Amino acid sequence: MQAKKRYLLVSLGACLLLVAYLWGLVAQRPGLRLHRQHWPEWTHPLSPYLEDGEQEQDSPLLHHQHTSPRERREIRNNIYKSRRCRMDTCFDFRRCQRGFKVYVYPLPKGEKVSESYQKILTAVEDSRFHTTDVNQACLFVLGIDTLDRDQLSGQYVHNVKAKIQSLPTWNDGRNHLIFNLYSGTWPDYTEELGFDIGQAILAKASIDMDNFRPHFDVSIPLFSKDHSQKGGDKGYLTLNNVPPSRKYLLVFKGKRYLTGIGSETRNALYHIHNGEDIILLTTCKHGKDWEKHKDTRCDRENEEYSKFDYQELLHNSSFCLVPRGRRLGSFRFLEALQAACIPVLLSNGWELPFSEIIDWSKAAIIGDERLLLQVPSITRSVDHDKILALRQQTQFLWDAYFSSVAKIVLTTLEIIQDRINSHISRNKLMWNSLPGGLYVLPQFSTDAAVFPFYYSSLGKSPSQEFTAVIQAVTPLQSQLQPLVKLIIAVAKSKFCAQIIVLWNCDKPLPSKNKWPSTAVPITVIEGERKTMSSRFFPHDVILTDAVLSLDEDSVLSTNEVDFAFFVWHSFPDRIVGYPARSHYWDSSKSRWGYTSKWTNEYSMVLTGAAFYHRYYHYLYTHYLPPSLLTMVDRMSNCEDILMNFLVSAVTKLPPIKVTQKKQYKETMMQQGSKTSRWADPDHFAQRQTCMNSFSGWFGFMPLLHSQMRLDPVLFKDQVSILRKKYRDIERL
Amino acid sequence: MSCPQSLGITLNHTRYRSFYARMCASGKYTSRGPALIPRMKTKHRIYYITLFSVVLLGLIATGMFQFWPHSIESTAEWSLDRRSVHDAPLVRLPVSSPIPERGDLSCRMHTCFDVYRCGYNPKNRIKVYIYPLQRFVDEVGVPISSTGLSREYNDLLSAISDSDFYTDDVTRACLFVPSIDVLNQNSLRIRETAQALAMLPRWDKGMNHLLFNMLPGGPPDYSTALDVPRDRALLAGGGFSTWTYRQGYDVSIPVYSPLSADVELPEKQPGPRRYFILSSQTAIHREYRAELERLKEENGEALLLLDKCSNLSQGAASARKRCYKGQVFDYPQILQESSFCVVLRGARLGQATLSDVLQAGCIPVILADSYILPFSEVLDWKRASVVIPEEKLPEMYTILKSIPHRQVEEMQRQTRWFWDAYFSSMKAIGMTALEIINDRIYPYAARTYEQWNNPPVVKWSSVNSPLFLPLIPPRSPGFTAVVLTYDRIESLFRVITEISKVPSLAKLLVVWNNQNKSPPEESLWPKIAVPLKVVRTKENKLSNRFFPYDEIETEAVLAIDDDIIMLTSDELQFGYEVWREFPDRLVGYPGRLHLWDHEMGKWKYESEWTNEVSMVLTGAAFYHKYFNYLYTYKMPGDIKNWVDAHMNCEDIAMNFLVANITGKAPIKVTPRKKFKCPECTAIDGLSLDQTHMVERSECINKFASVFGTMPLKVVEHRADPVLYKDDFPEKLKSFPNIGSL
Repeated sequence: MQAKKRYLLVSLGACLLLVAYLWGLVAQRPGLRLHRQHWPEWTHPLSPYLEDGEQEQDSPLLHHQHTSPRERREIRNNIYKSRRCRMDTCFDFRRCQRGFKVYVYPLPKGEKVSESYQKILTAVEDSRFHTTDVNQACLFVLGIDTLDRDQLSGQYVHNVKAKIQSLPTWNDGRNHLIFNLYSGTWPDYTEELGFDIGQAILAKASIDMDNFRPHFDVSIPLFSKDHSQKGGDKGYLTLNNVPPSRKYLLVFKGKRYLTGIGSETRNALYHIHNGEDIILLTTCKHGKDWEKHKDTRCDRENEEYSKFDYQELLHNSSFCLVPRGRRLGSFRFLEALQAACIPVLLSNGWELPFSEIIDWSKAAIIGDERLLLQVPSITRSVDHDKILALRQQTQFLWDAYFSSVAKIVLTTLEIIQDRINSHISRNKLMWNSLPGGLYVLPQFSTDAAVFPFYYSSLGKSPSQEFTAVIQAVTPLQSQLQPLVKLIIAVAKSKFCAQIIVLWNCDKPLPSKNKWPSTAVPITVIEGERKTMSSRFFPHDVILTDAVLSLDEDSVLSTNEVDFAFFVWHSFPDRIVGYPARSHYWDSSKSRWGYTSKWTNEYSMVLTGAAFYHRYYHYLYTHYLPPSLLTMVDRMSNCEDILMNFLVSAVTKLPPIKVTQKKQYKETMMQQGSKTSRWADPDHFAQRQTCMNSFSGWFGFMPLLHSQMRLDPVLFKDQVSILRKKYRDIERL
Repeated sequence: MSCPQSLGITLNHTRYRSFYARMCASGKYTSRGPALIPRMKTKHRIYYITLFSVVLLGLIATGMFQFWPHSIESTAEWSLDRRSVHDAPLVRLPVSSPIPERGDLSCRMHTCFDVYRCGYNPKNRIKVYIYPLQRFVDEVGVPISSTGLSREYNDLLSAISDSDFYTDDVTRACLFVPSIDVLNQNSLRIRETAQALAMLPRWDKGMNHLLFNMLPGGPPDYSTALDVPRDRALLAGGGFSTWTYRQGYDVSIPVYSPLSADVELPEKQPGPRRYFILSSQTAIHREYRAELERLKEENGEALLLLDKCSNLSQGAASARKRCYKGQVFDYPQILQESSFCVVLRGARLGQATLSDVLQAGCIPVILADSYILPFSEVLDWKRASVVIPEEKLPEMYTILKSIPHRQVEEMQRQTRWFWDAYFSSMKAIGMTALEIINDRIYPYAARTYEQWNNPPVVKWSSVNSPLFLPLIPPRSPGFTAVVLTYDRIESLFRVITEISKVPSLAKLLVVWNNQNKSPPEESLWPKIAVPLKVVRTKENKLSNRFFPYDEIETEAVLAIDDDIIMLTSDELQFGYEVWREFPDRLVGYPGRLHLWDHEMGKWKYESEWTNEVSMVLTGAAFYHKYFNYLYTYKMPGDIKNWVDAHMNCEDIAMNFLVANITGKAPIKVTPRKKFKCPECTAIDGLSLDQTHMVERSECINKFASVFGTMPLKVVEHRADPVLYKDDFPEKLKSFPNIGSL
C-alpha cells in the first residue's frame, strides 16, 4: 500500500515534471523569434539590374530615337503651363539678363489699395531691385490689390480678371508676381482666387502643398495689417534663460469653429488640455450665429478663455500650438515666433512660409493633426539644449525674415532671384544661420567660407594677412608727410599683404619713384569718380579677408596695427578700430544725436583707421540703396557712420575699439592739413543729419553701445617694458 | 560619461561573484545526492529505472515532436542559410487579377500614408518589413520580370534586413518593402508587375509600401517615374522630374553605378587637376556633343571630351575605357584628373555617371532641366555641384571659371563625402532613403542639416555655440555672486561686504563647503542690501562651486573665492558690463596661459606676466549660468571626478568646457593686480609653489586628452573701460577705480 502510494506519487511527480517541461517548451517558442528572420543568402549568382552593365542610351539602336534636346524643351514648355508651371516653362529668363529688376504697375486711377498691399508695394519700391522702366523689368508686381480674395470680405476687389487682362505686358502672367493672403470663402475655403493667374508666380499665405507649385510659387506668412513696414518689432527674447523651460509647456488661445472645414483639430484640443502646464483655450464665439451651433463645452470654455491673458501665455510658455484654422496658416504662427515660443504646427498639408529656404525643423516642432494626442509627450521629450536652440532660432528667423513687411517682400524677391541664376545662389547654411540670407549676397560668392559669418560653423578661421586701403586726398609732395609715414609704418607689419592707395586727389598721380619703397607691394588705384563712397568699393585686388581702412592723415605705429589685427581675428564679423564715436537719443528734439566727445561708451569706430572684413565693402556698395550712397558722396561725409550702421545691422553687435596712442586723437581732431574735413564747421551738423536719414532707411537704429575697449594684456601694467609685446602703444 | 563605464565594471563584478556563489552552492547540492540511491530495494530500483526511461523517452519524443518538423524551416528562419532563388514559392497571376491605380500625384504623407502604423516610440525609429521572396508568373508561366531578383536589389534588401529598421513581424511594421524587383523598368512587364504588387497580402491600396526604382520609363518617351501602376505606394526613384516627384512623399535616389563595386578609387586630396572640364558620357545626344565640341574649340586643352572607344570590343571591358581621338583612358580613373565633370541628361534624367563622378571627387556640372537631384530633400547640392540649365551649356566654361579655387576645393571634398556617405553602395542608398522617411515620420527627432551635409572634417572642427543668438542682456536682472568658502570666515565676511557694494549685485550665495563646522549664526553675517543665502554641501568638493543651484535666479553668475578682497566695486561692475556684451564667454580677472613645451612634448601651464591669455581663473569670473549645467551634467570623460579627487583645476576644466563648446576665448578684464593667492584655495594656505604648477600642467594635458583636442584659444587682448588711463577727469569716468593696487 505504502509502496503503491509512493509509486503513484513518483509517477505523478514525473507527469508533473513532463507537463512543466512541455509548458516550458511552449513558452520558449516565442523566444525563438528573438533570432530575427533575415533575408537569405542565395546560392546562385544574381544578375545585375543594368543589362550588359550599361545604361539604355549606349545601345546604338536607341541612340537616334530620343528626341533632340531643343525640341524636347520646346514641347515641355508648351505642356507644362498654369497648374504645372515651373521656372523652366513659365518664366522668361531672357527678361532678366540685365539684372533682377522689379517693376510695379501704377495704381489704376481712382482705385485704392488696402493698407497691407500698400506696404508691399512700398517695400518693392524701396528695394534695390525696383525699376520704373518697363523694358528693364524682369519681374512685374500688380498695382491691383489681390491680397484678400474672400468674396465676403470688404477688401475684395471686383473685376480683377478684366483689369489684369487689360494690362499691356500681362502676357498670360509670365514674369508676374501676385501676392495673396486670403483666398476662398465660407464654407469650404478653397484656394480659389477668383481670377486666372495664368503663368504668374503666386506669393501666397496658407498655401496648400497640393496647390503649391514647387520652386515656382512662394509661400509667405500671414501677417496682419498692423505689421511694421520696416525694421519691425524686436523679438521678445533678451537673454537665454536656463533651464530654458518656462512656466507652461504648451499653450494656445484662439477661436474654435464648431462646424465646417478645419474645425476638427481645434475642437479636439480639449483632450490634451490639462489646466496645469498645457493650457489650450478656445472660444466658440465667432460670427453672429455661433450660439446656434454651440455645444455642451462652449460655456465652460468661454469662461476659462477670458481668465488668461494671451500675451502672458505666449511669454511664459515653452511651446505654442499653431493649429490650422479655416485656412492652413494662422496669425498664431508669427505671434509665437516673435514671442520666442517654439511653434508646434498642427496643419497638415500647409506649405510652410519660405519653405524653399528655411529649415523649419530648427525652429519649430512639426506635428501631425492625426497625432494630436502625441503632442504632449513629443513636447515633453524635447531636451533642454534643443529647446534653447529652437528658441534662439525662432528669434533669428523672426528678425531675419518676418518682422516687417519689407523683410517678407525682400525674402520673396531674393528667393526668386536665387532661382533665376541657380549657380549664383545661397545655400541652406546661408539662409538658416546668422545673419540670414538677406545680408548674404551670393553675387559676392556662393562659398560660405569667404563670408565673415561662418568661420566657426565651418571650422575655419580668417586668413593671417590684411590689405591696407589708404584714401589719399592731398598731393604727394614730401617724404615727411603723414601719408608716407603711414605707409612705412603699416608696411612693417608682418601681417600686411599689400597696400592699396586710392588716389582721390584732384592732382595727377605721382610718379612711381615718389612712393616709399616697402617690402609689400603698393598698388595705386585712381578713382574715376573720386567720391567718398568709392573708398569702400570692392576692388578685385583686395584678396585678403581683412581690410585695414585708413585715412591719409591717420597716425599709426606698426605695433598698433599688429595688435588691432590680432583683435580683429577674434571678431572677424565686426569693425575693429581706434577712434570711437557715440550716438544718443535726443529726446528734446526727438531725434538721434551724434557726439564725438570723450564718453564712457561708444557705438561707432571711425573707418579712418579700422579693420573689417572685405565682404563689407561689397555689402556697402551693393546692398545699400543709391539714395544713401549719393547722400554720402554729395556731402563727402558720413561714409564711416553708414558703414557702422551697416555692420551693426548685420551683426546686431557694437564695434570694437582698441587702444591707441593719445597723439592720434589730437591729429585727428585739431591738427592736420587744411583740407581736413574735420575742420569744416558744417561737418558736425551733417553727421547729425546722416544719423537720422540712415536710421530712417534701416527702419530702426542698429547702433549699439559698448563700454569696453580692448588693450594689450600687459597694457600699463607695472612690469618691465621689455616683457611687453606692444611697447609702442605704451609710449606717449 | 565615465559613470556608465565604471558602473558597468562593478556590475560585471557582482554578476561574476554571484555566479561564483551559485557554483559553490550547486557543488554542495550534488555532494549530498548519491547517498539516496544505494538504500533502495531492487524492485523499486527496477521501477525507478523504467519510470526514468519512460520519462526520458517521453522527453526525447516530445523534443523530436517539437523540433523535427520545424528544423528545416527554423534554420532557414534565423540563420544565414544559403538558398536557391529557384526554390522561392511560385505564384501564378490570374489574367483577371486586379491592377492597382496609377500613382496618385497628389499623395502626401498626411493623405496617403498611414502614420498610425508607425506609432510613437522612444527610439523614434520606423519598422520595415520585407515580403518573403516569391516568383510571380502569369497564367502561362512566363515570369513578370526578365531578370527576376537582381544583385543590386538583393543587396538592398539584405542591407535593410541587417539594419535596425528591420522587423519580421508584419503586424508591427510601419513600412513594407516588396521583394519584387522594380529597379529597372526595362526588364519588367508592367501590367503583370502591377498585378503582383496588388497580390501582396498587406498591399491595401499600396499604403505604406515603398518601391525602389532606378531606371524608370522606357522608349521612346522615357517617363521620369516608374510606369508600373502602384496605388499609393511611396516611390524611391532615380530620375524624377519636378512634375512626377511628389515632394515630401517620394524619395529621389541616385542611379547606382555598378562600377563602384569593382573599382576602388582612392580619395584624392582636393586641389587643382590636370583638366578643367571633363565629359565622359558615351551616349550624349549629338546636339549636346556639337555644343561641347564648340566649347572645346574655344578653350582647348582645359576641356577633355571622351567618347566610347570604337576599336574595342563590346562588353564589360569597354565600360572601363574611354577614348579621345585614338587616345585611350581608363574610366573611371580619368575622372580624378578633372576639376569639373559634365553630367548631361540622356533619355533619362538620372545618370549613373553622377555616382562615378562623385566617387572620383570631381565636381558634377549637372545639365538636366527639371531633374530632382538625389536625396535633395536633405542634401544641399549647392555645396557639391553646379547646376546649369541645358540652354546655358555654351556658357558653361565662363560660369565654371568664375568659381574661386578655394570653393572648388571645398566642393571637391563635399562630393567625395556625399559619395562615401550616401552613394557608395546599395546599402548606403537604401539606408539613406529609409532615414529620410524616418525623419518625416519623427520630424522632431530628425537629423539636422549639419549632420547630413557636413563632412567629418567639418563636423570635427566646427563649433556651433549653444548660445548663438547675439544678445546683449539687459542690465537690470543683475548677477548672483557665488562664494565658495570653507572656514575663512573673516576673509569671507570682507568679501561679502566688498561685493555688496556692486550696484548690479542681485543676490549673494555662500556655498559652505565645510561639513565639520556649521556656518556662523545669522546675526553675525554682514548686513547687506541684497538677499544672502547659505547653501551647505554634503561633501567638500570643488565641483560644488559650479552646481546649478536653484537659488541662482539670474543668468549671470559671479564665481568668487572667499579671499578675493582686492577687487573694487568698479572693477566688478565693469566685469558684469563686459559679460553683458559677451554672455557666452568666461569674463574674469586673473588670466592664465597654456603653452606647448617643445622639449617635453606636452602642454605647460603659465601664470607669469605674459602677453597672451587663454584662460581666466574662476576665483573671480562672470559666466552664464548655462555653463553650470554643462559643468555638472555634461562634462566629458571623468574630468569632474578627477577634479574633485585632486581638489584642483576646476577652473581649468571650466575654461576647457566653455572654449570647447563656444570656440571662443575668455575675456580678461582690467589690469593685473596683486592677487593674494588666487590659486591657493585648493591647497589651502600653501603658497604658490612648483608642485602646484606641475599639477596644473598635468591638468591641462589630462583635459586635452579627454577632449581629444586643445580647445583653448589664445588672445592678446584684455578689456578695459573705454577711458581707462586716458587723460580725462576721473570723476567723469564710469569706472574710475580700476587697477588700483
